[in-house]
Amino acid sequence: MKYVEEFRDRTIAQGLARAIADQSDPREAYQFMEFCGGHTHAIFRYGLEDLLPANVRMIHGPGCPVCVLPASRIDMAIELANRPEVTLCIYGDLMRVPGSQGQSLLRAKSLGADIRMVYSTLDAIRIAEQAPNREVVFFAIGFETTAPATAVMIRIAARKRLKGLSLFCNHVLTPPAMHSILDSVDMRDVGPHEIGGFIGPAHVSTIIGTQPYELLVEEFGRPIVIAGFEPLDMMQAILMLVRQVNDGRHEVENQYSRAVTRAGNRRAREEVSDIFDVRDQFEWRGLGVVPNSGLMLKKAYAHFDAEARFAMHEVRIADNPACDCGAILRGAKKPVECELFGDACTPRTPIGSCMVSSEGACAAYWRYGRHRDYQVRAS
Amino acid sequence: MRVNKPTLDIENGCVDLSHGSGGRDMAQLISGLFHRAFGNEWLARCNDQAAFDVGAGRMVMTTDAYVVSPLFFPGGNIGSLAVHGTINDVAMAGARPQYLSASFIIEEGFRLLDLKSIADSMGEAARGAGVYIITGDTKVVERGKADGLFISTTGIGFLADGLDLSAEKARAGDRVLVSGSLGDHGVAIMSRRQNLAFQTQIMSDSAALHDLVAVMVRAGGSGIRVMRDPTRGGLAATLNEIAHQSRLGFRLQENAIPVKLEVAAACELLGLDPLHLANEGKLVAIVAPDVAEAVLVAMKAHRLGYDAVDIGEAIADDHHFVQIATRVGGARIADWLSGEQLPRIC
Repeated sequence: MKYVEEFRDRTIAQGLARAIADQSDPREAYQFMEFCGGHTHAIFRYGLEDLLPANVRMIHGPGCPVCVLPASRIDMAIELANRPEVTLCIYGDLMRVPGSQGQSLLRAKSLGADIRMVYSTLDAIRIAEQAPNREVVFFAIGFETTAPATAVMIRIAARKRLKGLSLFCNHVLTPPAMHSILDSVDMRDVGPHEIGGFIGPAHVSTIIGTQPYELLVEEFGRPIVIAGFEPLDMMQAILMLVRQVNDGRHEVENQYSRAVTRAGNRRAREEVSDIFDVRDQFEWRGLGVVPNSGLMLKKAYAHFDAEARFAMHEVRIADNPACDCGAILRGAKKPVECELFGDACTPRTPIGSCMVSSEGACAAYWRYGRHRDYQVRAS
Repeated sequence: MRVNKPTLDIENGCVDLSHGSGGRDMAQLISGLFHRAFGNEWLARCNDQAAFDVGAGRMVMTTDAYVVSPLFFPGGNIGSLAVHGTINDVAMAGARPQYLSASFIIEEGFRLLDLKSIADSMGEAARGAGVYIITGDTKVVERGKADGLFISTTGIGFLADGLDLSAEKARAGDRVLVSGSLGDHGVAIMSRRQNLAFQTQIMSDSAALHDLVAVMVRAGGSGIRVMRDPTRGGLAATLNEIAHQSRLGFRLQENAIPVKLEVAAACELLGLDPLHLANEGKLVAIVAPDVAEAVLVAMKAHRLGYDAVDIGEAIADDHHFVQIATRVGGARIADWLSGEQLPRIC
């Protein structure tokens, strides 16, 4: 595959691994967080940890929009889907996310709720047009990456006067979440080396560019390298972070220059700012309430807001106290050190945010990496 | 008088509840559509069962239900799939499949033209494989109670003396062979799914594998320990099953695992793993190391195995992991799929 295979070249990967080993100071501990779940998935899928020296370690961040969706929002969606007049359109990976009582949209569907798996916001428009007597609700979720498509859906729905279509908005914003992680009490307590730098989001940055991270770098003194999801992208980004740490620099660097610019995609950003305002606060599973981290419809489009149309109410639900997601997301614990991991909490029965989506730290570890904790005998 | 006019209007007609009633309409459907498609001496007797000769050796029997959506896909349809799938389940014992039964659950309103097309391709698939559909059943259910058409097939075959393939026969050091590229059927099906239609040249690999199996058995004899067709759940599920049954693990080389470029591209786009995608015309064989090369050569000489490849080995592993050495030099495991594979949002 053009532009894919080139970024999985074994010889270049081994060369980058040697460069990381050569340039990292054996007396230093380099700990970097990849914010994005796609990066976590790639680290485990390609076994990149095996290519890194022992003193260069990746901490798996919260960055998967499905992982960070609180159980209360799933509860609200299930309640909505159970209304007889409602058709709920969702992206596939929301199907299995557990609500507060362990139920899911997959289970609600099996019990008769009209839930349709869609692949784009245009599918929701088509369904609304084909069923003018139904209340078609699109469950919008995602970071800055998917928000423009939702904005376009609302613009088209407004132009076509689709009265039966509405939006359950769960879009969240990346820089406020990174700010929240860096600003947490735990981070300040453990010192500057706990997270020495970030691999910044790839797809998000194609929209917002690299500029929004400059303030974070300035405020917290940690380098950020925006990187693509291919193994060579990530190895190169790690090398760039090692170099910044060695040089005492903290800058925003762009490894993913084939897709990301400093300013990002102006048109996409305008689509979003035309349709959405920033919510004062939004709850993230595993991180708690994060200020200015969610999107909501502007007043001019409030009639598309499903939360108002169906008088939906959010009830805050505490995370399971036995779940170590918080510590895992900060790098203080490995997934296998959580007492729920692999027993009560598996991809089939996820409890914490890290196990909820396949891109979460625990799910990726379970799916691709748990052999590392066992001594496997070769024949 | 219109008594001689056929009432089975295949061009324009639909199945209705009378076609499952046990009356004249049902008899007409069976003789005018199914018997014509499958035509053989056993069906011609029009009994509710078929008496048949039993060959030498042991008998092998299997049964399977087919509920695929969509019913028609590039490279086949539910009918050819039902024949190939059951033949392959018999063949994976090392046996020669010979007789099939076929049971149809048809939703009221199903187009007769589609049913004929499906029955014809079943007949063609069976004849092509030298297998006979010798008995069957037809039920019609009300509209909304089935997704168009469900087919259930049972297969019977005969196993030569001395052959006993089973998962617990696998040993550490055995080689893992696959007969060709993985995930073709899964991508072909997805490319026609409602809401996910995308352009692809990939056709389902649906095929009857018993002939390839016979060639392998001749080359490897009792050195062939296990054979499976990696259908639902793909290669990952199949090897995890064998690992648990044999109490071994596997170590595979990612670079050696054959995946067509277009299948890999579709998987990249949708966030799917080709190791979890269904195959309907491929097999995986666990083979003793001393016969592995001979079996591989025999497979490559067969039209359904010319892309066959050795992808790794069985290893001693109390945890029964299927490990993969990744193309960039790391390692990971290939796990069972948790639920259905669902596309990621970003």
